Amino acid sequence: MTDEKKDAAEAVNTEAQATSETALEAGSQGHRTPLDVVAVREGMFGVSGSGDTSGFGGLVSTVAMPGPSERPYGGWFDEVVDVLIELLDGSGTGYANAVESVIVDRGELTLNIARAHLVEVAQHLRDDQDLRFELSLGVSGVHYPHDTGRELHAVYHLTSITHGRRLRLEVAVPDADPTIPTTVDVYPANDWHERETWDFFGIVFTGRSDLARIQMPDDWPGHPQRKDYPLGGIPVEYKGATVPPADQRRQYT
Amino acid sequence: MSAQTHATAHLFDAETDGIRSFEATGGDWSDIAEEAARLGEQRIVVNMGPQHPSTHGVLRLMLEIDGETVTEARAGIGYLHTGIEKNMEFRTWTQGVTFCTRMDYLAPLFQEAAYCLGTERLLGITDDIPERATQIRVLMMELNRVGSHLVALATGGNELGATTLMTIGFTAREEILRVFELITGLRMNHAYIRPGGVAQDIPPGALDQIREAIVGVKRYLRQLEDLMLGQPILKGRLQNVGVLNLASCMALGITGPMLRSTGLPYDVRKAAPYCGYETYDFDVPVLDNADCWDRMVLRIEECYQSMKIVDQVLERLQASTGTPVMVGDKKIAWPAQLAIGSDGMGNSLDHIREIMGTSMEALIHHFKLVTEGFRVPAGQVWQTVEHPRGELGVHLVSDGGTKPYRAHFRDPSFNNLQAVSMLCEGGQVADVVCAVASIDPVLGGVDR
Repeated sequence: MTDEKKDAAEAVNTEAQATSETALEAGSQGHRTPLDVVAVREGMFGVSGSGDTSGFGGLVSTVAMPGPSERPYGGWFDEVVDVLIELLDGSGTGYANAVESVIVDRGELTLNIARAHLVEVAQHLRDDQDLRFELSLGVSGVHYPHDTGRELHAVYHLTSITHGRRLRLEVAVPDADPTIPTTVDVYPANDWHERETWDFFGIVFTGRSDLARIQMPDDWPGHPQRKDYPLGGIPVEYKGATVPPADQRRQYT
Repeated sequence: MSAQTHATAHLFDAETDGIRSFEATGGDWSDIAEEAARLGEQRIVVNMGPQHPSTHGVLRLMLEIDGETVTEARAGIGYLHTGIEKNMEFRTWTQGVTFCTRMDYLAPLFQEAAYCLGTERLLGITDDIPERATQIRVLMMELNRVGSHLVALATGGNELGATTLMTIGFTAREEILRVFELITGLRMNHAYIRPGGVAQDIPPGALDQIREAIVGVKRYLRQLEDLMLGQPILKGRLQNVGVLNLASCMALGITGPMLRSTGLPYDVRKAAPYCGYETYDFDVPVLDNADCWDRMVLRIEECYQSMKIVDQVLERLQASTGTPVMVGDKKIAWPAQLAIGSDGMGNSLDHIREIMGTSMEALIHHFKLVTEGFRVPAGQVWQTVEHPRGELGVHLVSDGGTKPYRAHFRDPSFNNLQAVSMLCEGGQVADVVCAVASIDPVLGGVDR
């Protein structure tokens, strides 16, 4: 984390957290720790408190995602984590090595998993009788270009039909080494979803031989859903004035 | 393109180098057959689609055949990819509805509902959504489910050569589209369900018109049943064809009628209720032969269950007449209920008179809300709804701004198409058409 981010993180814990209080109250269970700052942005509109609507107030906005939660997580979340601790410690992997953090936000459980142990965690989640997350609803990616060292996130959504539960696994990898072991052996359903995530984000799923593009043409350069990939589009001319493409217009941030 | 930029170069180029091949691109069949015989090629790969009428849109099937038997089947998609998810990142949360409604164009209201439910959870206003707005959402979704299933039955029949099924199915769907046009102003691409509620209340007289439409739909559905369920040819074509058992469905993440045809009553409306589905009385029909026939019968039965829900929701709507259909928070709800004009779009003349003539602040507020939009607290949510084709999941990420940071739609058809290989391999070429029709993929949703 850079210094700039640290300063922002401190400010965020006093101010920004309050702004999203209603939302956090609505869904969160358990106690909260500081938010996880992923980016600091400068913009024009949206300064709050000063009454400035000119667009030149020098807006500095902090992008902070909900940070790790502490026990008790609430409901069945504790039970699932306890079983995972038992299984991972029992297998010699160690819970602390595999699960980086647990986030409970808006009534949803997110487990941040170290990529090296993703397949093992998925296997436990699928097979253990107290977990039984037998249905995978796919993989998708999110690109946080300013989250240094953790730019690319792969997100897995699992459902347990047996227990009526659902949780999210999140794996963060650096842009410089965007590899994640494939989960197709555990969840064959993830096949096309992994191909789509490779296609759109450039995350390489290792351990499978058929990682081909699925939506874009085979010879397409770049990965379109990344934040540094332009939206495209052509400027529109109307009565002498030009309207730039959507991603190049002045934006509300 | 050079080998470096060719993402799949390592898969194809080395393998196919030096193999003799010929392309049948038209001409006299006897010439083509002679050429094939001369080459002595045993392996025949047939490209079915992407423009083949029996593949439900621009789906490409690559079939390796031995006589009439399919030995290998692969699906190729991406021909309708329009970058909707990327586009949504550059529009406000409210405008996002107009994009996601265009994904699965046969079930637009499910994408809208799932997206709005997700946005509301990010905002933390789920409990503030007016009861009437939720009822209207349920009404629209269930009518949409019937409409979508009717198209599945109609096009499925048409692809087997039963044109009458197609005409009856589409005529029945027309009744539902007329209701949609009355309520939303449009037959598709509605953008009717909005974060916080719905765009406008249902117009006067709509409830009676829906009741009439339901009578019509039921009549057409009976005709379809009479034509289909006792039909020996249809039975011959569909029974024990395209079988996919429960274990395979679970492994491949198959949901919807395909999963329920294996005997597992998994329905998100029951498993993780949203929009108050737990308060409605309806059944989740299941069958257990897991073949194309069962999926077709299930779709008919689900239409009746949906209309059962519509009957209940109509009563509730009658009782809730006059109550709000949009959340009370003026920072989220657009300031005016628009009236639909003759062109299907609308404006509120009273509201324009107020903001232009009397209140500068109201004008500024309106302008800021419409152009800038509302801010959504940072975080992510996963919202699923029971789509006609399976479980539709929406993953929304907000960075605290006025636009979605990431919006991902887990479309059920995208996932279910993975089953094509298992459904088709070992069967006849003619069964491929039945199997794909029983998945009922909509390529607008698959490719997004």
